[in-house]
Amino acid sequence: MTPTVAADRSPIGWLLADTSALTGRSIRHELRSLDGLLVTVLLPVLILLAFVYVFGGALDTPGSYLDYVVPGIVVLTSGYGAALTATAVNQDLTTGTIDRLRALPASPAALFAGHVAAALLRTLFSASLVVGVAIVLGFGAVAGPGAWLAVVGVISLYVLAVAWLAVIVGVAARSVEAASGFSFAVLFLPYVSSGFVPPDTLPGPLRTFAENQPLTPAIETVRALLLGTEVGGHGWRAFVWCVAIVAVAIPTSAVLFRRRNRR
Amino acid sequence: MDAVVQVEGLHRSFGGQPVLQGIDLDVSRGTIVGLLGPNGAGKTTFVRILATLLPFDAGQVRVCGHDVVRQAAAVRRRIGLTGQYASVDELLTGRENLRLLSRLAHLDRALIHQRIAELLERFDLTDAADERVCTYSGGMRRRLDLAASLVATPPVLFLDEPTTGLDPHSRRTLWQVIRELADDGVTVLLTTQYLEEADVLADEIAVLDHGRVMTRGTAQRLKEQIGTERLTVYLRDSADLDRAVSVLPTASIDRAERTVTLTLAGPDELRSTLNALADARIALERTQASTPTLDDVFFAVTSTPRPGATR
Repeated sequence: MTPTVAADRSPIGWLLADTSALTGRSIRHELRSLDGLLVTVLLPVLILLAFVYVFGGALDTPGSYLDYVVPGIVVLTSGYGAALTATAVNQDLTTGTIDRLRALPASPAALFAGHVAAALLRTLFSASLVVGVAIVLGFGAVAGPGAWLAVVGVISLYVLAVAWLAVIVGVAARSVEAASGFSFAVLFLPYVSSGFVPPDTLPGPLRTFAENQPLTPAIETVRALLLGTEVGGHGWRAFVWCVAIVAVAIPTSAVLFRRRNRR
Repeated sequence: MDAVVQVEGLHRSFGGQPVLQGIDLDVSRGTIVGLLGPNGAGKTTFVRILATLLPFDAGQVRVCGHDVVRQAAAVRRRIGLTGQYASVDELLTGRENLRLLSRLAHLDRALIHQRIAELLERFDLTDAADERVCTYSGGMRRRLDLAASLVATPPVLFLDEPTTGLDPHSRRTLWQVIRELADDGVTVLLTTQYLEEADVLADEIAVLDHGRVMTRGTAQRLKEQIGTERLTVYLRDSADLDRAVSVLPTASIDRAERTVTLTLAGPDELRSTLNALADARIALERTQASTPTLDDVFFAVTSTPRPGATR
């Protein structure tokens, strides 16, 4: 047999190479599993159509409901897509995959980074699909190239925040079933935000929650950028929320992972 | 011969429950050592510690001269691990699995293509290389799993119950492959519940129970250790079973078969056994003598009850 020589690279270089190998694996998983495709392609479009044609007629918002609801749908579907990282991570930890990986020179951080990177690519694809279909349906986006780039940036930050939180859940959960609970929570949160109805139509405590939870600034920022209105304080609030979540979630997941490996 | 795996005084508990209670074990280069033990004996814990996956409470563990805790990275470059459950990726093809693991093993990318082709050929997977693993049989998965742990040509291989759940044919194929690897100089430590597997495959066997190595040696030596012969006496009347055991305190009873079985140190013991039964006026239907098997070793040194037998 051929004697194999390990290649030479810096630790950061290896982390990136390992992450890219594992991202490729996650993307293959998406493309080859039915639920992966359903969640990435069909579900976002169906949710858009449901909101516009089923609920839209009954809801009263400033301007067209399509224009109002698209940012909420984009944040809802990309958040849900990112939240599925919890089950993917947990599956790798509860099957033999993690043992095999840890017995190799590769960095276990690459496993998580790979799942997060795949979630980012997957959700950006879903978001483009939702916006594309919305434009066909008459969504009046007026954003210029810079604003579109900013939209991609906001959604990416939001997805990174949700995906890294999902990594924590995936590492902490004892079973895949427990880990999947997270995506339900993330699927529910947008309903108590400015995504589908203006928060001032909500009853007291829900309204307070909706106005102060991180989804509202994220949705408002995307909405303002797409429709060409004033972003205002929402932009930096969304930014601070997402960066803070990522900054806390990465080390937390590392600590939980080390603790898990002592069992 | 130099020891590739050196374990001294290894202790590990889980939540106050001791699992490994002072294991000492050396494995020489190019040998196959079989770790035999009942479920819960600590086999998997032991292998996970050797493979740098699990910390331990006390002791010294070195693989290829490197400490598994302080020099884990060096150990990981020298070991291959095949866990108890085939950990290959169902949604990837066989070739994609090997490519992924080659990349994660940090092989030179220029070598990966050729290395994978060799492994597929050697493990008889070339034809199925581009099929997804979810279409593979159990034996093919295990072969791919083993191939996956060999991408970086590790000098040491840890196999945790490598043939559990396989049909006899696939099991034999896998044994042959493992034997060939050892002939190439790979040091193999494998755990198994199958006595036959240890008997056929392992150069040396260590019997593990309650977190301790109860005995170790070649299969032949272990068999000799527990007596030269085994005598089974078939009684005519099952009412005599209890009296038979009272005159032969080392015997075990099988009530359904109406037999008592004991190991004999030599021909003198055969004579004294039959005399004792005759003195007690116990009528015999027939007797059967057999040389000890690894099963006898296993049941003699572990606390596992022999199926159907009671003491």
